[in-house]
Amino acid sequence: MSTASETIVIPMSKGIRNRERRRRITMGVFFLLAAAFTWLVFAVNLTPNAMTRFVMTPGGSSTVAPDWIFPTGVYLNIIAGICAMLGTFQIVRGFGKRTYSVLALVAILFIFGFLSWATSGGQTNLGGLLRVMVVRAVPLTLGALSGILCERAGVVNIAIEGMMLTGAFVSTVFASLSHSLVIGLLAGVVAGGFMGVIHGVLSIKYKINQIISGTVINIFSIGITSYLSSKYIQRSEFQYLNEPGMFPQIEVPVLSKIPFIGPILFHHNIYVFAMVFFVLFITFLLYKTRWGLRLRSVGEHPKAADTLGINVFRTRYMAVILGGMMAGFGGTYFSLGSSGRFDEVMTAGRGFIGLAAMIFGNWNPIGSMGAGFLFGFFDSLSVKASLLQVPLPSEFLGMVPYLATIVVLAGVVGRGQMPAADGVPYEKE
Amino acid sequence: MVPVLELRGITKRFPGVLANDHINLTVEKGEIHALLGENGAGKTTLMNILYGLYHPDEGEIYVNGNKMAVRSPIDAIKAGVGMVHQHFMLVPVFTVTENVMLGEEFVKFGGILDRTRAAEKVMQISDTYNLDIDPNTYIKDMPVGLQQRVEIIKLLFREANILIMDEPTAVLTPQEVQELFKIMRTLIDQGKSIIFITHKLVEVMECADRITVIRGGKVVGSTTPKEATLNELATMMVGRDVKLNVEKTKKKPGDVVLEVDNLKVLDPRGAIAVDGISFNVREGEVLGVAGVQGNGQTELVRSLSGLLPSIDGEVRLLGHDITHSSPRQIIEHGSAHIPEDRQRDGLVLSFPVSDNLVLNTYYLQPFSRSIWLSQQEILKNGEGLVKNFDIRTPSVFTPASSLSGGNQQKVIVAREFSRPIKLLIASQPTRGLDVGSIEYIHKRMLQKRDEGCAVLLVSTELDEVMQLSDRIAVLYRGKLMDIVDAKSATKEMLGLLMAGIIPGEDVKSAQVPQKNKILIT
Repeated sequence: MSTASETIVIPMSKGIRNRERRRRITMGVFFLLAAAFTWLVFAVNLTPNAMTRFVMTPGGSSTVAPDWIFPTGVYLNIIAGICAMLGTFQIVRGFGKRTYSVLALVAILFIFGFLSWATSGGQTNLGGLLRVMVVRAVPLTLGALSGILCERAGVVNIAIEGMMLTGAFVSTVFASLSHSLVIGLLAGVVAGGFMGVIHGVLSIKYKINQIISGTVINIFSIGITSYLSSKYIQRSEFQYLNEPGMFPQIEVPVLSKIPFIGPILFHHNIYVFAMVFFVLFITFLLYKTRWGLRLRSVGEHPKAADTLGINVFRTRYMAVILGGMMAGFGGTYFSLGSSGRFDEVMTAGRGFIGLAAMIFGNWNPIGSMGAGFLFGFFDSLSVKASLLQVPLPSEFLGMVPYLATIVVLAGVVGRGQMPAADGVPYEKE
Repeated sequence: MVPVLELRGITKRFPGVLANDHINLTVEKGEIHALLGENGAGKTTLMNILYGLYHPDEGEIYVNGNKMAVRSPIDAIKAGVGMVHQHFMLVPVFTVTENVMLGEEFVKFGGILDRTRAAEKVMQISDTYNLDIDPNTYIKDMPVGLQQRVEIIKLLFREANILIMDEPTAVLTPQEVQELFKIMRTLIDQGKSIIFITHKLVEVMECADRITVIRGGKVVGSTTPKEATLNELATMMVGRDVKLNVEKTKKKPGDVVLEVDNLKVLDPRGAIAVDGISFNVREGEVLGVAGVQGNGQTELVRSLSGLLPSIDGEVRLLGHDITHSSPRQIIEHGSAHIPEDRQRDGLVLSFPVSDNLVLNTYYLQPFSRSIWLSQQEILKNGEGLVKNFDIRTPSVFTPASSLSGGNQQKVIVAREFSRPIKLLIASQPTRGLDVGSIEYIHKRMLQKRDEGCAVLLVSTELDEVMQLSDRIAVLYRGKLMDIVDAKSATKEMLGLLMAGIIPGEDVKSAQVPQKNKILIT
């Protein structure tokens, strides 16, 4: 007999090629636009001798790096030139698998161009800006990790915000009572895990719509913590409940002495280091271990996992509880890592932005940390923006990452790889 | 000799249905045992019980003479029972190796995946059984025929001795089916046993050693291909005499009804699914569209019925340009549509039968007067059609969701056929139906053809296309390979076309086995 299966060609590859071509060109045009914008808006109206001065030492750092001073116009022209070259190459040939890295490069160049332009004739503390970026990325990335753990197993978790808030509150009270930050932190993690149990029972056992279950947890968390906060711990007679203290800054020996990079990356409290650790550790677990393979299979095709003897329900419970613990840990950042007290709704939507970082990062820990840095950068920039000579309200800068998220989600950059069974309750019979 | 598998008195009740009624089944070592029965006869339920996915209400399972309690797939796997499911249980974004080892992973240091060692074992199995699989390919990049082999490797990896294959030929081209039979023979030669679940008589005769026929949840007989004839098997399966061949009167086609010119349609993901197709359908003829599932049939039909916009080309219905018309405009020009997914596109499941019967005419007289619906007329219409088309329903008030598949399809047929139509577009009109309903729907469709209606029949069941059509068009990757006269068409020829090969010049090259040739162009 003939061997038809060996000559069968994969259906619709031509269509895929068309689509890739369109995406390639869209992306190239995007790069060219960045070049044009840099050149026409930033570079054109500059005074010829305008200089940009970046301060490279974050405030309060002992490791001093010299300021970086350069002629704005020249640099902007170079940036525009590079973007234009990349764009042309992208349209003609395409970067293939490296497209996203090139996109990141163009984005960084563009933002750098913007900063140079905005700083032109004055000075900006670039070191401080980047240091704050790293700090601001922490709750977002930890939130994203919580989402990744849940959604890779097929349970949508929009309750990150509520889990974080609960973690923040519980850790404050426990740390204040025990006078131990570690006990406070553990209590926060356990509280987050407990919220994970609730989410799991509602969405896995009772198969309640996972968005609703998550929303319920968010509303409940905001309500209960705000009530307990205003009724007790914000009042002077209960002041002792709201004095948890803060984790100290750690200077990594040697590394923190590297000029510029040292203070930005290696002089933080435990949360920044924990973030990096968890990102790497969870990546390893998800992609290199049996545990991760099973967890992902449950999120992609639970029935297939079930037929191979993997307990879908147990795996999902585990994932949601671990996700809750991760969010609880992220929550303790607000109380024990950032402000040293609890305030009502102090998470201020960071859990939701963590969710956006997860999507932006394509349900991948390292990608999500990248998204966390991006969002953190604009967060940091919008604080600084009032100091820059930009005729742009700082709120607009704050919007940029979310506009970028919408663009990403709308599919301009290419659709993400959401786990196939994400949000679908598993029915056994 | 002790049989490798014995089922005794297996009974399974679902609410309101007795799916398996005291079923006994014995499988000997080294045989292909066909489990033959119609859709809904209880074959899949029985196998799901054997595989631990369902729990039987009564009955016992013996493997190699030992009584087994199969509470979950793990128990089945331990007992050496494996299953190739009708819908593949593969994770598309995982590689072959990852899919194969899932649940039985090779690990080092207590939990880290050992992909290299697992890939070696996959390769070794692939070589032993001549399966020709690359362990590092992603499932999403493989054609279905190869995906099925991955499913088989999954079972062999777990050292299964009894392989259950649930309708394994449904998604394959005729040539791939032959390949599969060859693989099944190899497995048998190596001492495995296979339970082959199907409703296709010809395939049973071709490859089974023994046949057990199930009807209405009961075993109605057991035989071998040598002792039985096709007609006997069909009678056993259905419970009465069936005409295996549809009788078709000769008819001279009339004027052109539907003209399709260079039609191009994108699928929802933006890939080109219908790639420049041209054909026409005339009065009083059935044009069958054959092809393996997923080669553009869905998009073609959706586009012709106005549900999916085309990006290029022209469609004319009785001279009217309907390329960019809405579904309602197309319907009003005299087109009828039997959609491939009757529950999603054909019915509003929560609506009563009577309302479903006026879904495309409710806004017309007499069902509608100014802004009011006339319930009286709708009910009268419903009762008439239920009677005319023999729709088995407790009443016209019953929601469509409570009807059986065959009766749901009859509701659609009744709705579409009760209007004066000039074109019928039927997509998978008999998928998942029992033989009685299939016969009925075929008869009704041919009746329409004889009345002078043009019929476009899209089906992945090659037998159905060959029986009903006057001409057959073959779709492959969105392109029309050829249109052939049904009388002169053979299964082999259509099968080659379905695999993208033009018979004649290329047949030779296609028959030369080429190792690992998965072209990604």
